[in-house]
Amino acid sequence: MNNIVIIAIAALGSLGLVAAVILYFVASKFKVYEDPKIDEVEEALPAANCGGCGFPGCRAFAEATTSSAKKNKSLEGLNCPVGGNDVMQTVGNILGLEVEMTEPLIAVVRCNGSLANTPAKVKYEGATSCAFAHALYGGEGGCQYGCLGLGDCVDACDFDAIHMNPDTGLPVVNNKCTACGACVEACPRDIIELRKKGPKDRRIFVSCVNKEKGAPAKKNCSVACIGCTKCDKVCKFDAITIDSFLAYIDFSKCTLCRKCVEVCPTEAIWEVNFKPRKAKPVQPKTTAETSAEKASARKPATKKVSAEKADARPAPEKKNEA
Amino acid sequence: MPARHLKRRTKHNSGKMGILKTFALGGIHPEENKLSSDAPIERLALPGQAIVPLGQNLGVPSKPVVKRGDLVKVGQLLAETGGFISANIHAPVSGKVAKIDNVIDGTGYKRPGVIIEVDGDEWLDEIDRSDELNTEISLDGKEIIDKIKTAGLVGMGGATFPTYVKLMPPPGKKAEYLIINGVECEPYLTSDHRLMLEKGPEILVGTRILMKALNVEKAVIGIENNKPDAINHMQELAKSLDGITVQPLKVQYPQGGEKQLIKAVLNREVPSGKLPIEVGCVVQNVGTAFAVYEAVQKNKPLIERVVTVTGMAVKKPSNFLARIGTPIGQLIEAAEGLPEDTGKIIGGGPMMGKALTSLEVPVVKGSSGILLMKKEEASRKPEGPCIRCARCTSVCPMGLEPFLLSRVSKLGKFDMAENEKIMDCIECGSCQYTCPASIPLLDYLRLGKNKVGAIMRSRGRN
Repeated sequence: MNNIVIIAIAALGSLGLVAAVILYFVASKFKVYEDPKIDEVEEALPAANCGGCGFPGCRAFAEATTSSAKKNKSLEGLNCPVGGNDVMQTVGNILGLEVEMTEPLIAVVRCNGSLANTPAKVKYEGATSCAFAHALYGGEGGCQYGCLGLGDCVDACDFDAIHMNPDTGLPVVNNKCTACGACVEACPRDIIELRKKGPKDRRIFVSCVNKEKGAPAKKNCSVACIGCTKCDKVCKFDAITIDSFLAYIDFSKCTLCRKCVEVCPTEAIWEVNFKPRKAKPVQPKTTAETSAEKASARKPATKKVSAEKADARPAPEKKNEA
Repeated sequence: MPARHLKRRTKHNSGKMGILKTFALGGIHPEENKLSSDAPIERLALPGQAIVPLGQNLGVPSKPVVKRGDLVKVGQLLAETGGFISANIHAPVSGKVAKIDNVIDGTGYKRPGVIIEVDGDEWLDEIDRSDELNTEISLDGKEIIDKIKTAGLVGMGGATFPTYVKLMPPPGKKAEYLIINGVECEPYLTSDHRLMLEKGPEILVGTRILMKALNVEKAVIGIENNKPDAINHMQELAKSLDGITVQPLKVQYPQGGEKQLIKAVLNREVPSGKLPIEVGCVVQNVGTAFAVYEAVQKNKPLIERVVTVTGMAVKKPSNFLARIGTPIGQLIEAAEGLPEDTGKIIGGGPMMGKALTSLEVPVVKGSSGILLMKKEEASRKPEGPCIRCARCTSVCPMGLEPFLLSRVSKLGKFDMAENEKIMDCIECGSCQYTCPASIPLLDYLRLGKNKVGAIMRSRGRN
């Protein structure tokens, strides 16, 4: 009886020992060296795994930063948009490198084709997906560049930063936005752009992406950019370019002087979070915290757009069948 | 053992020869509603302004060769092929080119098109406008293909694939059969039916021309059994011709799909991701056969086509011979106007057609019909949860699992969708038609197909 116990213990013990020796040698032979700094950097990252940096997850970004620090002695081109400057500073400290401060960005919806500004001419009843509707037709209001309002950007957002405004039918970005770029990718019409957040959250942008000529653009949407070039002429800083009847404000050159906003005939250029102008008889277009309030604060389309026209048409509302 | 709901109505399903042929998997039998099958083809008046989109075919859009202010005659080249899979476009009317601008077309988008102010009806001299039947085929195979290419012919069934490409099998492949598609399985549409009744001899000459171009001995004309008059007529005409047979088929949607038709007629299966030539077949629509006749024997490019205007509330369901570029509004006017409770205007048939967003949309080479649906017919039922009844799977003619594919497409699992052969989907809509929960299965499938197609193309580039 005793013998059996002893034999069993000895047999298992020696097996264990042999296995341990083998494992020890295998482990030392095939050891993969991993920089301990990778773990440290990963620890410092926000762990959102959003992919906003361009890498699949925070771990991959940590590896990329560590290897870049080792090879190039710099972190150029690597940035965690979610963590922003603070996190990048910490990462820099861990890796012993100076980090350049970047301007924080925010997602900006460049379309004001709300239900009032772009009256619906047809009715869509297909799948609730912008990507699908985009493949199917131009849009309810007839603008084939504008927001479809089915919320692919809202689904893409991991940070609860973008929501649909039921009154306007347009998405609204709030301050939770980390500029990860998921909504930019999700939008089939490239309406959302990452722009500089600006000092005190002030920014100016063209809220339209319609590349049609002025007349057809205006026919469908009362607040479309018609490519009149007035803003281009008034801009002293060469920040505005007009391409295919569409103005674009380069946010790295814009000094937020607001001259372009004043001359825009269709109110397609937006100023956000500015103080109200004083000596102006016209009601200023200034808005508060979010774009939602901004949208509702705006006057509804003054000119009655093609609403009557649409009604007068012989075809009643139609919808799309897949 | 088919479920109870899948039992077919038997009215058209057995003919003189006992059980009729059809394809093997799935399929549905929606209400046929062929309202306009007794309406003879009427020639429609010329439009005041013809809007000719430049992207009328599958593949690359054509490149315009005219400019603003040019005077054009009927049949004159407006735009030439923009690539291998592309087609010429000819002036359907005579007059002055008003402008080349973005025009709304059947896709729901504005795309480049040529707008012609119509002035008189002057044709090019070389076009033979007589009705005389010319059965003598004087050209050889290559000349025929050249002629078809010059005339800008595309598949008239709706897919608008350039015809000449189909007639040039890749090296090493040999066509054995020509199948002429007279199935017209879409409910409501009757343009092919009327064409067979009224232009039967011409279609048969066209078939012989296509046989010569392909160098095949045998041709089969497949016609569904809900058109007995067309079957009898074509059988009578084909009697004297060697190698051409008429095959009546059981009524089953989507029999007009190329792969389904080949399976039904020859019991051959086209492998996944391959073309019909793989099993020695080339399929052409009867409309295409007629256009081939006109192009080769009469020198007439593709400038007009038969369009059915139909719908439950339409006062006069009709078949019109309309010039390409005629706004659909004019066709609807000719069918005695837009009914008051129209909910939707569909370009094509109810199963595969697409809702049109404007009455300005012009007739193009692929327009087979215009369907006006009443409001109550057109509204979608609210989407319910999937109850796993597997009706979609049992009706899928390609043997796919639509419920799964739509789900994975919705969730963005495109690798899985690709593995489950989403690209085999022919977008016939049988799954969505049969779904008791009214899930927009096809919407999601199309979305997945778009994405998977893009992924596969980008993979091919790398």
